[in-house]
Amino acid sequence: MTGTKLLMTFPVTATSHSLADYRARGGYRALEKALAQMKPQDVTHEVIASGLQGRGGAAFPVGRKWATVKLDDGQPHYLCCNADEGEPGTFKDRWILEHAPHLLLESMQIAAYAIGVRHSFVYIRGEFDLPYRRLAGAIEEAYQAGYFGERILGTDFACDVIVYRGAGSYVCGEASGLITSIEGKKGYPRNRPPRLSVRGLYQRPTVVNNVETLANIAGIIAHGADAFRKVGTKTSPGTRLISISGHINRPGVYEIELGYPFARFLREDCGGILGGRPLKAIIPGGVSTKVLTPADIEPLALDHAALEAAGSSLGSGGMIVIAEGTCMVHLLQVMLRFYHHESCGQCTPCRDGMGWLHRIIDRIVAGEGVPEDIERMQAISRANDGTTICGMGDAAGYATVAILDKFRDEFAYAIAHKRSRFDGRLEVSGHA
Amino acid sequence: MKHLIPQFEAMKTRFPAGFESSLVLPCLRRIQEERGYIADSDIDGLVEYLGVPRIQIEEVLSFYTQFRRKPIGRWHLQVCHNVSCSMRGAEPILDHLARKLGVAPGQTTPDGRFTLSTVECLGSCGTAPVVVVNDTNHENTSIAELDVLLEGLA
Repeated sequence: MTGTKLLMTFPVTATSHSLADYRARGGYRALEKALAQMKPQDVTHEVIASGLQGRGGAAFPVGRKWATVKLDDGQPHYLCCNADEGEPGTFKDRWILEHAPHLLLESMQIAAYAIGVRHSFVYIRGEFDLPYRRLAGAIEEAYQAGYFGERILGTDFACDVIVYRGAGSYVCGEASGLITSIEGKKGYPRNRPPRLSVRGLYQRPTVVNNVETLANIAGIIAHGADAFRKVGTKTSPGTRLISISGHINRPGVYEIELGYPFARFLREDCGGILGGRPLKAIIPGGVSTKVLTPADIEPLALDHAALEAAGSSLGSGGMIVIAEGTCMVHLLQVMLRFYHHESCGQCTPCRDGMGWLHRIIDRIVAGEGVPEDIERMQAISRANDGTTICGMGDAAGYATVAILDKFRDEFAYAIAHKRSRFDGRLEVSGHA
Repeated sequence: MKHLIPQFEAMKTRFPAGFESSLVLPCLRRIQEERGYIADSDIDGLVEYLGVPRIQIEEVLSFYTQFRRKPIGRWHLQVCHNVSCSMRGAEPILDHLARKLGVAPGQTTPDGRFTLSTVECLGSCGTAPVVVVNDTNHENTSIAELDVLLEGLA
């Protein structure tokens, strides 16, 4: 109903994640094709031609990232799969890890071949239990079948994969924080340039790609870039996994063809708003993307360019639906508590700024806000813009400003009347 | 931790040469799985075994929320209170557990049975609210369900 599917193409059963089932669906034939018929450069060119953009949040062109790694530079290269899914509202990579781990592993091997990688890593968040066990089990199966290790499929290509478990840090989902963490250190992000594809893990060229991004590679190699481009829109080819939660009747993970109508997705595919209530707002791509109102989304298509034109982003695909009657002041309080907790402390505007914002919003919720607080919060948020090493500081600032701008009267009310217009409510009843 | 060194050696063989520093997180995780927390003697042992600076291990322990320097209760109740879970009832669940157990988040009951914690988004937003008890996710949970569950945890 949500258009062509490229990833969620099979019914989930008790064994659908196994190697036997994956092979029965045609699995590992793309790796065979790449190794037998393509040079590494051909694989990268195919990915460039596909127009695939990153699915982790920034939508960077994947093939262009790969092409910055020089195959003949005589250095080891590393591939890191970012499975540190931690952007609040996002749970789509978990679906791939639990239900299609071999699709990820096959795709990673193809990517490793293209970039000249001998050791790949999957950085998986420490709290993931079933996703870790499914992935570890699949790796075991793949080694036994000869898809990893030395002389893969009888060729000279060799590559090992190592699962690296995080330990509860949001900022390690940022590519350079992730790399610092794999080096066994606290996960401080690094200044760029140099890019990670020039100097990444242990100062070697490193490509970091999101789980869903990589999971698309096997299909692109199996069916070709042209077939991939037939799905989605001209500027945003392919599909996205959208994880939807909050006040929605049918939360879960959906694969949508890029360009699918936003309003129709909510109304028809996700069963509409909880309790038949009116929609108040939507956070479209994880809490760090700017909030949208019902009027914003009505004409929108779900694709990267359209969301960007509307001033927001599809981000990590973590959509949070907010029904009428929800208190945006309390909602922002939850977000700011999170950012304050997760700021790694390296950059002053983020470390201090998130603390200030958190304390101000706590004060407003406690009925002790002052009228200048709204401007003050906006100014603190804007001070993060471009002044921090990683994108977390900027994004937290943008998200905060968007909520303050679009629901300013609600904040003004809470300050003037020393109480929430909606009783601080975050839950709404399932019955209208 | 000394008796775990054969296991650490097995882990090391999977990494490329020169990646000893990378073993800090996996070794700490393995130690904590066994002891329940990281003791001072574990830090001494790892400094000697891995040859990394002590400050690196200290920083890792204070940076990552999953590592603990003190023992916790037999049952670790972790309540996600991020946006999606709060929109589906996490806050009353947290209040209920705190009242029922007589502890604030971050504390352990005097009998050492339960530790109550708050955690940030665990990727269970579509099945919110979620409470993790030791390694098991209890999704779409409720106060009534947790009351029954807790009775069975000695």
